[in-house]
Amino acid sequence: MAQIIVVTSGKGGVGKTTSSAAIATGLALKGHKTVVIDFDIGLRNLDLVMGCERRVVYDFVNVINGEANLNQALIKDKRCDKLFILPASQTRDKDALTKEGVGKVLADLSKDFEFIVCDSPAGIETGAMMALYFADTAIVTTNPEVSSVRDSDRILGMLQSRSRRAEDNLEPIKEYLLLTRYSPARVKTGEMLSVEDVQEILAIDLLGVIPESQAVLKASNSGVPVIIDQESDAGQAYTDTVSRLLGEDIPLRFTSEEKKGFLKRIFG
Amino acid sequence: MQKPVLELKGSSFTLSVLHVNSTDLPLLLQELDKKLAQAPQFFIHAPLVLNFSAISGEAIDLAKLQQTMADRQLILVGVSGADAQQQQQAESLGIAHLKMGKQNPLPPPAPRVCKIVKQNIRSGQQIYAKGGDLVIFGAVSNGAEVIADGSIHIYGTLRGKAMAGASGDNNAVIIAKTLDAELVSIAGQYWLAENLQQHGAKSSGCIRLNGESLIVETLPD
Repeated sequence: MAQIIVVTSGKGGVGKTTSSAAIATGLALKGHKTVVIDFDIGLRNLDLVMGCERRVVYDFVNVINGEANLNQALIKDKRCDKLFILPASQTRDKDALTKEGVGKVLADLSKDFEFIVCDSPAGIETGAMMALYFADTAIVTTNPEVSSVRDSDRILGMLQSRSRRAEDNLEPIKEYLLLTRYSPARVKTGEMLSVEDVQEILAIDLLGVIPESQAVLKASNSGVPVIIDQESDAGQAYTDTVSRLLGEDIPLRFTSEEKKGFLKRIFG
Repeated sequence: MQKPVLELKGSSFTLSVLHVNSTDLPLLLQELDKKLAQAPQFFIHAPLVLNFSAISGEAIDLAKLQQTMADRQLILVGVSGADAQQQQQAESLGIAHLKMGKQNPLPPPAPRVCKIVKQNIRSGQQIYAKGGDLVIFGAVSNGAEVIADGSIHIYGTLRGKAMAGASGDNNAVIIAKTLDAELVSIAGQYWLAENLQQHGAKSSGCIRLNGESLIVETLPD
């Protein structure tokens, strides 16, 4: 049985797709057979971030509707042979997703894969509900600002009440906080909420803190998950995050301001 | 279609019932006159029902009683609680025997329940404890609502809305380990966040009604 992980947030633009791509790649690089599914039907982005947009033939909705089988729709990643992508349909909308259809696809994928990463769309409508419904683990992606925290709180309420595990009275979904676009310098000046502030409000376990980084935009535009860029702080932070997801105990990095070097202090 | 000349429909009326506790006619009349003197206008041509349940099995001169009542401009429309003999007497005088409606004592009020929620209440969630108290082991987030007909106890931070005494109980209170609420309300009297701040919130507190207005008291550590 695969572990189903949903990457969700409520709010848009906080880094769900970036995180899904990075975490799925990270899991695969550690030797776990992983598939990442784009649930953002109609606003397909994951294939761009993963750099496989030119190889999409069949998509998630085709598989649900029985127009293609899973093997036809799954795209094998070029960098890592343990990683597969199931892209969204760009021409349909969220209503194409049904509980039965999604459940069947996930059940079929469960037989072959260790991890299924579901990249949720923003919002709390059908698409987002379908992405979180079957989840075992939720990674709630949050930016350190009040509206994102509020929306994450709302999604946490949904995870507790509207998921399969809630409806069947099973053990609740394991919820993790992933704080993205974190800037210690702005926290220090009081412009941004700190890790502690966010944790106090959301009261869930912290999985990782991803610093605000130029590398993320660069990676997205070039279609390479940022975790591949191990030179970058964001890439390293995602690697730590994946390790924690797999149960390792790793101290937080990039949460305090970097000390400026001697030359930088002089020349600014 | 022509309207039928007769229609039979059930209706209920409120009638005054005179409870007769003695068969001593002169004594009864004396008492009756006293009552009538208190509100003479009220009783003129008033339809009255006599209740005989207290003198069941005893003989009473109903014909004479009816006559004396008519003299006082009271209209006897029926008797109730009469035994067989009294009923027969009423029948012969053309007075109806009315069955008393069953007196249903009000059901005892439902016992006050206490609803306990052992988790954080997230934004967008709403918890309502109907007819009782609400106890929350956790925080209430911004955008969440907790409502109770009784009191609300929050063993965490209250950041959302709390409404106690939702059906009008003035004695309801709101107690929170940390008060940082968007809104608190007791029996319809409410405070917004800024009112709370004026009263030095952000610590533990008990909010209750003092007359018409809310007050907040800090809890001992």
